[in-house]
Amino acid sequence: MLDHRLPDEYEALRKTVAEFAHEQVAPVIGGCYEREEFPYDLVAQMGRMGLFGLPFPEDYDGMGGDFFALCLALEELARVDSSVAITLEAGVSLGAMPVFRFGTEAQRREWLPSLCRGEKLAAFGLTEPGGGSDAGATRTTAKVDGGDWVINGSKAFITNSGTDITSLVTVTAVTGQREVGRKDISAILVPAGTPGFAVAPKYSKVGWNASDTRELSFADCRVPEANLLGELGRGYAQFLQILDEGRIAIAAVGVGLAQGCVDECVRYAGERETFGHPIGHHQAIQFKIADMAARVHTARLAYYDAASRLLRGEPFKKEAAIAKLVSSNAAMDNARDATQIFGGYGFMNEFPVGRFYRDAKILEIGEGTSEVQRMLIARQLGVV
Amino acid sequence: MNIVVLVKQVPDTWSDRKLTDADHTLDRGSADAVLDEINERAVEEALKLKEAGDGEVTVVCMGPERATDAIRKALSMGVDKAVHLSDEALHGSCAVQTARALAKVIGTLGEVDLVVAGNEATDGTVGAVPAMIAEVLGMPELTHARKLTVEGSTVSIERETDDAITLLQAELPAVVSVNEKINEPRYPSFKGIMAAKKKPVTTMAIGDAGIAASEVGLANATSTVTASRPRPPREAGQVVTDEGDGAAKLVEYLVGQKLI
Repeated sequence: MLDHRLPDEYEALRKTVAEFAHEQVAPVIGGCYEREEFPYDLVAQMGRMGLFGLPFPEDYDGMGGDFFALCLALEELARVDSSVAITLEAGVSLGAMPVFRFGTEAQRREWLPSLCRGEKLAAFGLTEPGGGSDAGATRTTAKVDGGDWVINGSKAFITNSGTDITSLVTVTAVTGQREVGRKDISAILVPAGTPGFAVAPKYSKVGWNASDTRELSFADCRVPEANLLGELGRGYAQFLQILDEGRIAIAAVGVGLAQGCVDECVRYAGERETFGHPIGHHQAIQFKIADMAARVHTARLAYYDAASRLLRGEPFKKEAAIAKLVSSNAAMDNARDATQIFGGYGFMNEFPVGRFYRDAKILEIGEGTSEVQRMLIARQLGVV
Repeated sequence: MNIVVLVKQVPDTWSDRKLTDADHTLDRGSADAVLDEINERAVEEALKLKEAGDGEVTVVCMGPERATDAIRKALSMGVDKAVHLSDEALHGSCAVQTARALAKVIGTLGEVDLVVAGNEATDGTVGAVPAMIAEVLGMPELTHARKLTVEGSTVSIERETDDAITLLQAELPAVVSVNEKINEPRYPSFKGIMAAKKKPVTTMAIGDAGIAASEVGLANATSTVTASRPRPPREAGQVVTDEGDGAAKLVEYLVGQKLI
């Protein structure tokens, strides 16, 4: 029958990442967040632990694990901090995964080993200032000219695109017109530092302040024709597949944040006293924490289920959308309740719950808004 | 080089640790059990030596069945194999018995060049076992190392105590115990975790190591805990009133605490 216990090796990985998050991330991340600094040292350590190579074969310096192993690592990181978690999520599932999934052997050999070791980061340039999930709105173009792609346009909200160790951005661009109103979209590898490829200063964000998010612009940016990733004109189908997986990873980040809220509140409920008792004696607090734990638990089961379908090679589109929807809801609700339980201290940036509150909102937006998830679920149910 | 690392599973220092009411031995059920942090550093140092040259690293662990979790962690960090001395008869053994038992296990491993241990476990904090093992094995003892190097057949350490840093050298084979400044231990990778599943762990009962039941255990221990009580709650600090000599008094206090 059903068994949701983790096999030993996954449990060992979860524990290792939890230890790392508590011992290495927790003491320094508040400062990085405040100063909006990218945590290079932590990323290097995560690289040495093999976290960036988790789902990739050892042939490319990966760890020979799978996507679920990545999700467990993301959950444990996000339990302490989401900036670090999203840096890993974007680096693996958006940065390296398209190269692994759709790249030629030569492309894989060129880019994957340093990405798997966490020495370099890759980014995925899909969203544009004028369109996110509405891929038909893509305006960036790429035209062949003398053996090169010439790329023009801009991309918005691209994670890991401007760090000192960013080596590559996979960019989606219109490469042709198939029929009336239908654009051919392809994915093209653009190495960092290519002339004509400019990276704007970091955005000032509400949350995820220790992660790197930027706007990119391309002005007659030339890369060799061989930098096409996957099939010409299949860019749309390719990134849909990447996004489906990515939703499970984002769900794991949401579950981590929601669990982090529970951890903080359970501790605080025993420490903080009001009216002569620890606040955990008040039912108002007990009920809030119980609800928080229930949300995390159900959201975790949802992403475990979606991930297990993915690993078994079964369809998982609906389950991934459900997992992302319920986990981002859980993250938002728990962050709101945790902040309430902490009172004035919850509004202070120096307490983790303040950071959780600021980091939660984006989970309802990034990698498909909650509305897009509902749209996908309804479509999978055959409603439309 | 054949390196043996001694490891111990201890209650997590973050959890609530107690002794049992029945026989004043460690209440293993009351706290999460982890590989002692100082042992992680001992393992790291052995792995560094292995990676710098060639050799094999074996961990030796004495402890109940569930100590396999601590062994597994050492293996996933990169240790090659493990020997686990596990026997009901060992329950309540004192430091002297432990040192003798571990020395016998080490004796079954063939040519051993270097034994690395933590200087003191975080549970018992006796801090004598590495030196006692060296005595039993007739090897030089180099304890409290904050730095360790091996060149040819010579091992050198920087020994750190409250009073001084001493440079020590000895010919291999030798026993070295390390302090918390020696290194920062690595976190196991997933590849390491997967590889650990296939690494050999030999489980020994006392008879397998040539240890008689009369040599070990609570009933035969050289010392016995007769009573225990929880640590009293922390007392309020001492207030120093500055009457012109405040600085001198503070310095006196810090010197008294060996902080400066």
